[in-house]
Amino acid sequence: MTPIHSYAPIPNGGSAPLAIVPRLQPDRFAEAIMATPGARLVSFFGLPEESRGLRLMAVLARPGDAELLVTSARVEDAYHALTPALTQAHLFEREIWEQWGVRPEGHPWLKPVRFLGATSRDPGVMDYFEVEGEEVHEVAVGPVHAGVIEPGHFRFQCHGERVLHLEISLGYQHRGIECALERGPRKRTPHIVDAIAGDTSVGHALAYSQIVEALGEVEVPARGHALRAIALELERMANHAGDLGALAGDIGYLPASSYCARIRGDFLNLTLDACGSRMGVGWVRPGGVVPDLAPAHASAMADQVTRGTEELRRSFDLIRGNATVRARLEETGILAREVAEELGMVGPAARASGVDRDVRRDHPVGHYREVEIPVATRETGDVFARAGVRSLEVAHSADFLARALRALPSGAVRRNDSESVPPLAPDRIAVSLVEGWRGEICHTAITDEGGRFRRYKIVDPSFHNWMGLAMAMRDQPISDFPLCNKSFNLSYSGHDL
Amino acid sequence: MLKAFLERLRQGHRTIPFPGGAALPESFRGRPVLDASRCVDGCRACADCCPTDAIRIEPSLAIDLGRCLFCAECVAACPTGAIRFGPDYRMATRRREDLVVEEGRYRLAEALDREARRLFGRSLRLRQVSAGGSAGCELEAAALGNVVFDLSRFGVQFVASPRHADGLLITGPVTRNMKLALEKTYDAVPAPKIVIAVGAAAISGGPFAGHAEVLDGAASVVPVDLFVPGHPPHPLTILDGLLRLLGRLREPASTR
Ligand code: SF4
Ligand code: SF4
Repeated sequence: MTPIHSYAPIPNGGSAPLAIVPRLQPDRFAEAIMATPGARLVSFFGLPEESRGLRLMAVLARPGDAELLVTSARVEDAYHALTPALTQAHLFEREIWEQWGVRPEGHPWLKPVRFLGATSRDPGVMDYFEVEGEEVHEVAVGPVHAGVIEPGHFRFQCHGERVLHLEISLGYQHRGIECALERGPRKRTPHIVDAIAGDTSVGHALAYSQIVEALGEVEVPARGHALRAIALELERMANHAGDLGALAGDIGYLPASSYCARIRGDFLNLTLDACGSRMGVGWVRPGGVVPDLAPAHASAMADQVTRGTEELRRSFDLIRGNATVRARLEETGILAREVAEELGMVGPAARASGVDRDVRRDHPVGHYREVEIPVATRETGDVFARAGVRSLEVAHSADFLARALRALPSGAVRRNDSESVPPLAPDRIAVSLVEGWRGEICHTAITDEGGRFRRYKIVDPSFHNWMGLAMAMRDQPISDFPLCNKSFNLSYSGHDL
Repeated sequence: MLKAFLERLRQGHRTIPFPGGAALPESFRGRPVLDASRCVDGCRACADCCPTDAIRIEPSLAIDLGRCLFCAECVAACPTGAIRFGPDYRMATRRREDLVVEEGRYRLAEALDREARRLFGRSLRLRQVSAGGSAGCELEAAALGNVVFDLSRFGVQFVASPRHADGLLITGPVTRNMKLALEKTYDAVPAPKIVIAVGAAAISGGPFAGHAEVLDGAASVVPVDLFVPGHPPHPLTILDGLLRLLGRLREPASTR
């Protein structure tokens, strides 16, 4: 049992005075995290102290507890790494080391995350894990890849065709986002947030809006909440449809690939209809959404969602019903449940390995408090399971949309502008979680004495999940990498920030 | 097999004719239309709210599409309705300065010279480089390959190797961490080659302009032949720009 005063509880989308977050001794801090049963690191980052030293801030989630637990410790130049006992901390601790120069002693894998600051050299230049031996060879790919995708560097240690280990080195997309958000919000802040990951504009904009609303005590009208959920689910449907098509394309099954790509476009066009941007850029803003959806428009949209979903279901049936296609997806890139748990993975990639975790159910805010969207899980953890979870999630989102679009609450969709971004409360911490289409998005903000962001920490779901892809590639033929990679479809820009 | 065939019939033919086949909804924000005569003296409301300083007020109202994020916050801020976003998706230009929309004419991209057209006009292979792009522009460029836009019917294709390419399509503000990779990719494309910058970030840095971690656009590293504004641009805006560059569209380059 951990005494509760080891933490400050903060609800999702809520805030608390920074002063109530316990400031523990580093060893007590580690103990408090480890001793909490089932605790998962949602976010873990450094907050520079006003004098010297760094305050380590950890946000935890426990199964069955809607509240998040926040704790902290003050450290100087080094502390005992949590990673050896808590694998989920591995990338966070590398990040803290890279951002603040504070060394997690005993970290087994202390390497650059984004190649910035004093700890790094040129991007991609670091000590890679190497395997030696007869017939062992190394394959290096990227940063520029064959497809129209973002850059990253991948090093495979192979024995013949078999991958012994894959190491992923990112950071090429680093645009200085967290730094740019400090001392905000400013007029450019929401636009930077929209572009954290361009395929998740709605998800990140929602996480940001919840932060502003928590710190500024802004009430969002019910209709605004409902439209936000509609925006988020549409984003999920478009991306999942695209992913199913990309998987089919990767194994050369062209019918399903072309249908899914087209259906994805149809979902994007619904988003365009509603907000003026196919990617939902600018749809969600602090205080609500912009603009409103006309009633006639909403019911037409409901029909189109149903039709698109039916077409997608039939496309996925083609995949499911074709033995050769299925054979390529089944038992490929298996990620064991224990590994997914240990890495603290989130989203469809975790759920496909049987990890039953979804912010919409576990930490609901806004409209999700009123509705229940079933959580889709699979047990096999292979590419087929990751496809299956997506297909099921599209169906669940579509059911929700068909209902929600026909039963929109009346009233305003947003507070007016000056009320939407009021002065933020000083010296507080706010935490905001959103189940984006890739999984849990976490934004944490800490304000200074003037109500400006002293620190703004972003965790894209990809940050938790990239190592999962590497693990799923172990013992796989290297030729299956593109397929495995697509089945996770993680964000480079969301990771690199 | 039969199921796949039946499904093929059911899904039907979805490719849109181009130019001319694209119906964009009312909500679409295309090229802005300005009416400077409505501006009131001393007003700067639009410029003050613009997140990327894309608006110039003096000597007369103008919007730099190279910086614009098409957020329409200026439209909401303007007390007189002097700014609106029109339905026209055609926005690509050959020169950076042509991206500035004023009242009146807008100079769309002109075709490459005859020699380049002879080489690339009926077959263009592009290598895409994302250099800090957030995936928005990348996805819209990739969408050109789907059955709706069917880019390959125009002889344009994305290829895996820069050595097989006639040019680059660059997205993102060019991060410091991608500068070297971009330079190397550019060098690997055999001459003559063309460069297309897609999206506000690739043209000006977009929402990241001025960050120490980025270089504010592709032109800081390589010469750019075509600028496609948007955040991200609609696939049709990219397609229109590409076909103009190749001299495949008959309409005049200057439009109102
Ligand atoms: S639409 Fe363009 S010009 Fe207008 S405020 Fe937004 S970025 Fe600035
Ligand atoms: S806000 Fe409207 S009236 Fe004022 S300067 Fe801008 S365009 Fe002109």
